[in-house]
Amino acid sequence: MKKPARVFSEVVKHLFKKPATCAYPFEPARIMPHFRGRIAFEQDKCIGCQMCVRVCPSKAIEIVLSADQPPAPAPVEGQPAGPAKKKFDCIMKLDHCVFCAQCVETCPKKALIMTQDFELAHVNRKELRRHYK
Amino acid sequence: MSKITIPLGPQHPALKEPENFMLVLEGEQISGATVNLGYNHRGMEKAAEERTYIQDLYLLERVCGICSHSHTTCYITNVEELAKCETPKRALAIRTLVAELERVHSHLLWLGVAGYEMGFETLFMYTWRDREQVLDCLELISGNRVHYSINTIGGVRRDITAEQKAEVLKRIDYLAERTNYYIRLATEEATVLARTQNVGKLPYDVAIERGAIGPTARASGVARDVRKNEPYLTYSELDFKLITADSCDVFGRLVVRALELVESYKIIRQVLNNLPEGPTAVKVPMRIPAGEAVNRYEAPRGEDIHYLKSNGTDKPERVKVRAPTLANLQSVAYMLEGGWLADVPLVIAAIDPCMSCTDRAVVWDPKKGRKQTYGWEDLRKMAIEQYRRRGVDFTRL
Repeated sequence: MKKPARVFSEVVKHLFKKPATCAYPFEPARIMPHFRGRIAFEQDKCIGCQMCVRVCPSKAIEIVLSADQPPAPAPVEGQPAGPAKKKFDCIMKLDHCVFCAQCVETCPKKALIMTQDFELAHVNRKELRRHYK
Repeated sequence: MSKITIPLGPQHPALKEPENFMLVLEGEQISGATVNLGYNHRGMEKAAEERTYIQDLYLLERVCGICSHSHTTCYITNVEELAKCETPKRALAIRTLVAELERVHSHLLWLGVAGYEMGFETLFMYTWRDREQVLDCLELISGNRVHYSINTIGGVRRDITAEQKAEVLKRIDYLAERTNYYIRLATEEATVLARTQNVGKLPYDVAIERGAIGPTARASGVARDVRKNEPYLTYSELDFKLITADSCDVFGRLVVRALELVESYKIIRQVLNNLPEGPTAVKVPMRIPAGEAVNRYEAPRGEDIHYLKSNGTDKPERVKVRAPTLANLQSVAYMLEGGWLADVPLVIAAIDPCMSCTDRAVVWDPKKGRKQTYGWEDLRKMAIEQYRRRGVDFTRL
């Protein structure tokens, strides 16, 4: 059964409604609480096991030894001198990252953390290679 | 009248994806059409062989932007079958939930695109605005709007809390109300009827012969749905109807998709109200035992088939994806014949094509450094030749 201009009343109703879009750059965007954004790194938790490097589907992570290593702990009397705890840096290539957060799940020490940071566009590609120290 | 052949595409034939249609025109009427694939081959199957099973999950998710959950679920069912892993009931229910939310978002997207192609842009604007609700549901549950990554080998990555359940149900109620309005609109509005009725005809026997699947087949009266024919996930326990239409045209495809939306809302409510308790994932070893598996899955666009062969290592030996559009493209050539040039974009869009998912038939010979695309005739000849060497004769088929 044909009824012309069936949508007309709906269109008129919408004239008095608020816009459905949000004016994003001028007001904050609405993000859900568990949104998968940029991956952050906590250096003191990392043990350099390279699990995240192996599991990353887009080869976006590198875990390297830090330039400045902490000094070896002072030897305790009667015990053999323990090795120094090594420090690691994380190089996160944001232009490779697909934001699946598999590394966050795999990390045994929870050194990688998912943040809600999504404003990552940059005109300089080098800036997308973040070196977390 | 003299015949002219014009190419439609590969630049934006109906949608943004590259595909070439060679149309033979007599005046404004189409007397023949050929579909040419192969503009967007991404080598995903080869790439999948060089990654571990867990990395492949994120690669295969990117076969398609709209049915990302379909491809991973189909792939992961194969992996879990080979690993002989018992996936928890709760994980299967959450997978079903995301699958249905995905179907809702795909069908609403299609409804908008169809509105756009038929010149009814009000419908396009309204459906796409309402589609945001279901995309918000997906972001709430999985953490992302398009590539949900909810699956992991042995279960799902995120659980559903009571607040999430309430929020999703609230949005589904709103969508159900809107969908009822769209169904009324689509069946009564003169613009829609004039542009879709008796356009892109695909009779029942041709749909069977050309192997049409999904909503395209169901609109021609073929009761074909993997969810009913071979239930996977938790579909065997759910109550829903198989929607078919017998008008065999674009209007039928519109009605099938709109009514399927209503069924999907029913499924979502059932799944959310009867979520089984228990863990969401079990541990599966990195190495998967050697073997082969094939699985079928009803993606929003039709039947999706994945084949997996493992050799006992942590990487698959072969992954094969048969995306739904490949099966439906055979019918497009038929649907275009006898129609009008102005209806071409609508007829192409009516199968909800996803060309980039489909393209994977380029052969590259590394020894000779030669690249060649094989057509249907060549592939048929090669297949007959290969079987003849094994002692089977297929020449008469």
